[in-house]
Amino acid sequence: MMIPVCRLADLPRGEAFRLDIDPPVSVFHTDDGEVFAIDDTCTHQDASLADGWLEGCEVECPLHASKFDLRTGAVDAPPAKRPVRTHGVLVEDGMIYVRVSTDAPNLPPCVASRLAGGPA
Amino acid sequence: MRTVAVVGASLAGLSAARSLRGRGYDGRLVVIGDETHRPYDRPPLSKEFLAGTLGEADLSLEADDEDLRAEWLLGARATGLDRARRAVRLADGREVRTEGLVIATGAAARTLPGTEGLAGVHSLRTLDDARALRDELARGGRLVVIGGGFIGAEVASTARALGLEVTVVEVAPTPLAAPLGATMGGLVSALHADHGVRLLCGVGVKGIGGESRVDAVHLEDGRSIPADIVVVGVGARPCVEWLEGSGLALDNGVTCGADGRTGLAGVVAVGDCANWYDPRAGAHRRVEHWTGARERPDAAVATLLAGGAVEPGVPRPPYFWSDQYGVKIQFAGHAGGADSVTVEEGSPDGRDVLAVYRRAGRPVAVLGMNQPRSFTRWRKQLSAPPRQS
Repeated sequence: MMIPVCRLADLPRGEAFRLDIDPPVSVFHTDDGEVFAIDDTCTHQDASLADGWLEGCEVECPLHASKFDLRTGAVDAPPAKRPVRTHGVLVEDGMIYVRVSTDAPNLPPCVASRLAGGPA
Repeated sequence: MRTVAVVGASLAGLSAARSLRGRGYDGRLVVIGDETHRPYDRPPLSKEFLAGTLGEADLSLEADDEDLRAEWLLGARATGLDRARRAVRLADGREVRTEGLVIATGAAARTLPGTEGLAGVHSLRTLDDARALRDELARGGRLVVIGGGFIGAEVASTARALGLEVTVVEVAPTPLAAPLGATMGGLVSALHADHGVRLLCGVGVKGIGGESRVDAVHLEDGRSIPADIVVVGVGARPCVEWLEGSGLALDNGVTCGADGRTGLAGVVAVGDCANWYDPRAGAHRRVEHWTGARERPDAAVATLLAGGAVEPGVPRPPYFWSDQYGVKIQFAGHAGGADSVTVEEGSPDGRDVLAVYRRAGRPVAVLGMNQPRSFTRWRKQLSAPPRQS
């Protein structure tokens, strides 16, 4: 399913837009003009990657130091150890759309247990 | 180089070993650690691990399929460095001959003299420390935390959430004044009172009472605080005694350059035991931050592999975080040289501030409480290379 995100013109380069679906997805517009979508939640702890440090095709978690590759979802080093999901992106008529992955997300333990209805 | 030894198997040592392989070093790699555990993450020890929401398997710093092709000598304490023979001596009598050496022996928790062997008195640095404290906190009771720094505050926060009655004793008039300055140290430490934790400032500890088990903390002003459990969080000292007589300059850790190089060829120092030269501050600093232990070993390894022929870059400003009472606290830069602090976003009453420290109008540090997005922007700005004038 394609989900409309926002107009490309409304997302400046170097910025991110957080799509409040469950689990949330973030769309990044890099300084080079590329657009990528990945899961918004760091796989280590509950933090929004849309708030993180975007540099090239990598975003660093705003809390700790792990960096995720926007192209592959891969993580470079601890404290996060698992990749984030990547999602398909389509830009058509100036509008950004995301095709959400059907893979299981790698959510941090505290978020995963909350979504499962267990203790936070 | 055919052999490189890394002494210290925590975050800094592991990061160095990773950088060695990542930069193409293909020779023998020996990692020596005095604890028996594989590398593990320490920040959760005062928080999620102590609260019981993270287990030991979650603390591992290595990926499941990671293989650094290293020889791991765990439970092996380094006791000396023989400079002439280029050998690391171990407590069990063995020695490791090596051409390259990464010193990553970290720091050890300071303790209060005279409290050895008294049950109920804890420090918190290692996994074994955290296991023992977790088991005691689970029984509940009255906890006194000696020291209002970050470790003490995190333990107080975690213990309070577990339902304990908690008192924090801090000898300085304001906790956290050294890293954050008095104003913001006061604001952050106000979280204690918000959550029903008693904070006693400006008073020292005279002694700890009890026969075989602690029963009170005696203060310099004559008061006694009843206690079932005591946590001593009064800082850490670098583990460099084993290097005395080695020819390395030791002053609050191993004195080294901005890239970790020491006065001995083929020897670098990283992590909490390293007193690095900080070009931004124009001085040596020993920084006990997770991010430094994670990021700086790469520069040291580059220098080691290049035989010292590398121009060191300017490292990012020091950064650390803390989680207390559900508030995410983040700090980057150096507060010491600031002449002003202003709250730019949020409000002190709401405990969600973004505060910027300036010196002569130029930002030198930033503090965030539950402000991750703004904090990241300011941190990026602090990290920008200084403008040529």
